[in-house]
Amino acid sequence: MKVLVAVKRVIDYNVKVRVKPDNSGVDLTNIKMAMNPFCEIAVEEAVRLKEKGVASEIIVVSIGPKVAQEQIRTALALGADRGILIETDEEVQSLQAAKLFKAVVDKEQPQLVILGKQAIDSDNNQTGQMLAALAGMGQGTFASEVVVEGDKVNVTREVDGGLMTVALNLPAVVTTDLRLNEPRYASLPNIMKAKKKPLEMTTPADLGVDVAASLKIVKVEEPATRSAGIKVADVAELVEKLKNEAKVI
Amino acid sequence: MSILVIADHDNASIKPVTLNVLAAAKAIGGDIDVLIAGDGCGAAAEAAAKAEGVAKVLVTDNAVYGHSLAENLSLLVADLGKGYSHILTSAGTTGKDFLPRVAALLDVAQISDIIKVESADTFVRPIYAGNAVATVQSSDGIKVITVRGTGFDPVSGEGGSAPVEAIDNVQDAGISSFVGEEMAKSDRPELTAAKIIISGGRGMQNGDNFKILESVADKLGAGVGASRAAVDAGFVPNDMQVGQTGKIVAPDLYIAVGISGAIQHLAGMSGSKVIVAINKDEDAPIFSVADYGLVADLFEAVPELDAAL
Ligand SMILES: Cc1cc2nc3c(=O)[nH]c(=O)nc-3n(C[C@H](O)[C@H](O)[C@H](O)COP(=O)(O)OP(=O)(O)OC[C@H]3O[C@@H](n4cnc5c(N)ncnc54)[C@H](O)[C@@H]3O)c2cc1C
Ligand SMILES: Nc1ncnc2c1ncn2[C@@H]1O[C@H](COP(=O)(O)O)[C@@H](O)[C@H]1O
Repeated sequence: MKVLVAVKRVIDYNVKVRVKPDNSGVDLTNIKMAMNPFCEIAVEEAVRLKEKGVASEIIVVSIGPKVAQEQIRTALALGADRGILIETDEEVQSLQAAKLFKAVVDKEQPQLVILGKQAIDSDNNQTGQMLAALAGMGQGTFASEVVVEGDKVNVTREVDGGLMTVALNLPAVVTTDLRLNEPRYASLPNIMKAKKKPLEMTTPADLGVDVAASLKIVKVEEPATRSAGIKVADVAELVEKLKNEAKVI
Repeated sequence: MSILVIADHDNASIKPVTLNVLAAAKAIGGDIDVLIAGDGCGAAAEAAAKAEGVAKVLVTDNAVYGHSLAENLSLLVADLGKGYSHILTSAGTTGKDFLPRVAALLDVAQISDIIKVESADTFVRPIYAGNAVATVQSSDGIKVITVRGTGFDPVSGEGGSAPVEAIDNVQDAGISSFVGEEMAKSDRPELTAAKIIISGGRGMQNGDNFKILESVADKLGAGVGASRAAVDAGFVPNDMQVGQTGKIVAPDLYIAVGISGAIQHLAGMSGSKVIVAINKDEDAPIFSVADYGLVADLFEAVPELDAAL
């Protein structure tokens, strides 16, 4: 079966972002960018399904500027077969991203679509669910285990109280949580091979999707910062402070 | 303005976070209806009727809503929600699962994880793991919103007497089913509602060592949390993870033990009133947010703390 994987280019998770002085957004100039960590897990899961003989072809899709080709190439080096970049310099919001993916799903007819549960820039946690609704598919969100059996997929989900398993008819959407797998590193020969794999370029207009957003960012600010407090000498002083100064125990 | 709040509940009662979501609804202003969708959820509906500021409780009691499967629940909420200006639920794993589907079905954006209401169309939410805070304005006809409970002081859960109205609206998408669950059993308070939390990180070395934290927790009536490193290493189950991608907590007192203080962890706990860090590395980033830092070996300091309580 065909598996479609969405990968987003985001700020590297190790980088601490800075808000722009004019409060229009965060400063991304000269900042290290990378594949969203949850999307790495999505790619890894697809590759494992292929290694198990469950998946026959892995297509990676990204929406973003031309440089997002880098993240698609990374996914190709990890084992995906071909890539599609929906090129736009606009900031595409989740509903519009879901509509773009829906257009690709209509064309490619995958049996499984794997996305990250959340992009670590917007922290939205929406796109997979929205795609599933638009495509009329079932969804296994925050997945820690994915088992394809016949025309169904069983997904174990990380929920607030523990773990919950659902069975979904295929085709279905899965969004990845951190413990689904541990992504591998791309080997040098595979990075070289990935350069020759097909990467199709398209645009929102080609796919017939209007990416105008209904949410306007009014301003972006620094969070209220906590200042470091004091160091206590020992446990006795800690307990004394908690009782008499902070009055929390 | 009219607001539909979808309650978090376990059929028998409403979860405390629903009272925080109601506070967000109150800040928007307008009539507030609460939906209880479940299987055998009459008692939860009665509980919701007592909450402050509720105009009406709608109940859909049917097996198809039994495990809050997103495919079914989203059809129901999109159908009922058409008549409202705002649809709100908590940003727990149930809300995060079904509400984006509702937004897509209504062809509107979802505003995730709000921590403040500026006006009926403008909201504040953290982005980039809480390293920036965005104010966003929506031009959609229906505002679909998940609420971060810790951003709002709860309304009272007592004193109200809203009418309860049963609704016959069965939506079965027929594409998903519940297989099973493994819920953590604990007598300790739920992390998102706990007044005191003690969390352990990789420094705990193994799951057995969490016993020393549990002993302190029992004395303080505290919940026990963990960093992702501790969960990934298999010391403790996933529902204990605090952070950007785990639970967001804001207790009166948060004690971080053997946790370095990565930004993804801080994103989940830096809203705590008082933070204590116990770490043997005096340069650990956790000390930069701690009100009281203790540089010490946790295997000495925690038993001492236990004895001192
Ligand atoms: C996409 C993404 C999402 C993430 N989400 C989360 C999240 O939700 N929550 C989360 O917590 N992390 C999250 N992380 C992981 C995060 O980046 C850190 O790796 C993690 O928080 C580290 O956990 P830790 O502090 O326990 O471990 P470490 O960083 O290894 O720190 C262990 C600490 O224990 C101290 N220590 C060791 N032994 C002792 C001792 N005997 N006595 C006292 N102190 C001792 C050490 O000095 C050290 O500071 C995420 C990462 C990514 C990429
Ligand atoms: N611009 C994009 N390009 C590729 N994938 C995306 C994009 N936006 C969202 N996604 C996918 O949707 C997931 C969830 O994103 P979000 O809903 O924005 O938190 C991400 O982990 C990606 O898999």
